[in-house]
Amino acid sequence: MLVGLRYYWERIAHAFVTLLAVTTITFALFRLMPGSPADAMRAEFERRLAGSGQTADPEVVDQMIRVHTGFDPDKPIYIQYVEYLRDVIIYQDFGQSIQYGDPVFDILFAAMPWSIFISVYGLAFGYTANILLGAAMAYREGSRFDSYSTVAATFLNSIPYYVGAFFFLAFFAYDIGWFPGSGRYGRGLEQGLNPEFMWSIVHHGTLPIMSSFIVGFGGGALAMRGNSVRILGEDYLRVARLRGISSSRIATRYVARNAILPLYTQMMIGIAAVFSSSVVLEYIFTYPGVGWYTYDAIMRRDYPLLMGSFLFFTIVTLIGILIAEFTYGIVDPRAGSGDQSEAY
Amino acid sequence: MKHTDETETATDGGEQLSDDQLFGQLAEADRVQLSRRERFGLLLDAYVLTPGRVAWSDWRTRVGILVISLFFFTGVVAKASTSNWWLLEHVTIVESPATNQAPTNHQPFDGGFAAITEEGGWMDTTASFPWVEFNAPLGSTNYGEPIGRQLIHSTPDMIEMVVAGAFVSVGLAILIGITAGYKGGKTDSVLMSITDIVMTMPAIPLVIVIAAIYPPREAWLVGVILAIDAWPGLARALRSQVLTLREESYVEASRTMGIPSTTILSRDITPQLMPYILINAAQAGRSVIFESVALYFLGVLPFTTANWGIMMDTAYSEGFALVNMANFYQIFWPMMAVVIISFGLILFSQGMDRVFNPRIRARHSKKVGGSEDHEH
Repeated sequence: MLVGLRYYWERIAHAFVTLLAVTTITFALFRLMPGSPADAMRAEFERRLAGSGQTADPEVVDQMIRVHTGFDPDKPIYIQYVEYLRDVIIYQDFGQSIQYGDPVFDILFAAMPWSIFISVYGLAFGYTANILLGAAMAYREGSRFDSYSTVAATFLNSIPYYVGAFFFLAFFAYDIGWFPGSGRYGRGLEQGLNPEFMWSIVHHGTLPIMSSFIVGFGGGALAMRGNSVRILGEDYLRVARLRGISSSRIATRYVARNAILPLYTQMMIGIAAVFSSSVVLEYIFTYPGVGWYTYDAIMRRDYPLLMGSFLFFTIVTLIGILIAEFTYGIVDPRAGSGDQSEAY
Repeated sequence: MKHTDETETATDGGEQLSDDQLFGQLAEADRVQLSRRERFGLLLDAYVLTPGRVAWSDWRTRVGILVISLFFFTGVVAKASTSNWWLLEHVTIVESPATNQAPTNHQPFDGGFAAITEEGGWMDTTASFPWVEFNAPLGSTNYGEPIGRQLIHSTPDMIEMVVAGAFVSVGLAILIGITAGYKGGKTDSVLMSITDIVMTMPAIPLVIVIAAIYPPREAWLVGVILAIDAWPGLARALRSQVLTLREESYVEASRTMGIPSTTILSRDITPQLMPYILINAAQAGRSVIFESVALYFLGVLPFTTANWGIMMDTAYSEGFALVNMANFYQIFWPMMAVVIISFGLILFSQGMDRVFNPRIRARHSKKVGGSEDHEH
């Protein structure tokens, strides 16, 4: 399972190349958007200045735009691009949000833990449930439990996460009132490590987590079932039984471990899916995480913020994939050679 | 396996060979005797009828096909109702939804079964056309738009979107995945890097930005845009399949015979992947529905015609369907439409999987007989 150090560096370099490519594409896309960020800002400033009874001095406006976006409207695009990259990489400066006036990095950095909180828990619960249910179904293959669970899992798989979110909101938040329907924590609570505040976070996070649980659940259980069923017929299991190895050991070491592998690779793609679905989920739950800010930025054409959140999603996905790839060797010793492994 | 028996009698039913001829004739002569029509019959049987029967024997395919046909049928009904084509000009099976066609916030199935045929009830048998007229059996919106009509009339656009999306994403995946897997080397690494990049980009935000640059007015364009993030997973999967297939002896044989790569790819490799591709086309269609409804709900795609996502958005923001439980039905029906269609598509692809995977099929007929048969 020990993989050469070179492999790690190669994967990291690969991730950086991907990141750079995504940044480039994003930058190009934003240039293509109707009304450049600079134009949008110019209009905004001119309106503001006109509101206070001043006339806009073009030079002053240009100066303000430069400060706020990091873009100099007069410079050629490729120089703007290089400067943007420089600011992001060297100074971690993503520019300033047009809407909020704060640095994009600060806004996203504050929102980040909340997004990760609801997404990662949803993903973790979803996959745990998948593995347990899939294994149970495979263990009782052909039984009534198996066929009913297959139908149930298929049905759950055909429910979009936002439909789940609507049901949860309507019933648990507004009808029964068990959970709050919006926000990250209760108002007027002292922030910090006190029990009330922590409880409030969990309380507010429950419904979004339940909804993102749906993103990963269903299909995975069927995949786990299929994998386990296939492995259950393998010769080495018969050998293991003949050797008198206890059935719990066979179940965990022989079957589960081998059946989880394909699911593990699927989870890497799942990371990207969960984070991009957070845009819709956080909008529905008015949960100010990165997804909520992304939606807000799109609606208000807040380009620096939008671009920053784009990069955030990409970076988190890349880190997730890297972690998964590096731990892949631990889950599957056979994949340890690294170079050939079809990680995702 | 009684199916195969039936098949054989059907195929041999044409030009009969009498017994005494059996040993006296060359194989070529037999083949010549088959008319074009019979040969067509043979092919039809081998590729359509037999797989069809196997598929139909599985309840999942049956339900899946039923749901998908219903979906298409609804589309045809809606299309016929709005068509200006001379033959269909005066045919209105289901009227186009409009405001104030029904009382505002009309509850679904208002009045219960007693009200079915009552005047102004949800089913009007006094309509002039030979068919019955439905008066908002599924309820109406805040503006008195019947929800059932909205659902039906948004189907043609949804079909267009799903078909275009599935077609483009599967096509791209085939093109990129198979080429990468077969060519290997530099082509492979370049193509797979592109795939990785697209896969890493956050799907929904990316689609939102593209939709902002070029707001898609036509339904099929929405499908094409949504296909952008649906292909990388399939491309990767196809690539790894090709990697194993290209080592197969018959592919190797074709290569040594000097048959051009394009022919090998189209004749030897792609047909092997067809089942996989078909199953994924259904999955791609499902993801197009999921995402388009979500994006229409968010309001980032331009509101053109009636659409399930737009209906959900209206119910959410104007009908307060979540806060006000009395209006929950307004958001419930479009959600159910999405769930049912996607359930149908998944069942269909699962059923197809069994048709195409003889190993699973054999295993099931042998081992799991109980679970499959108890509902026959």
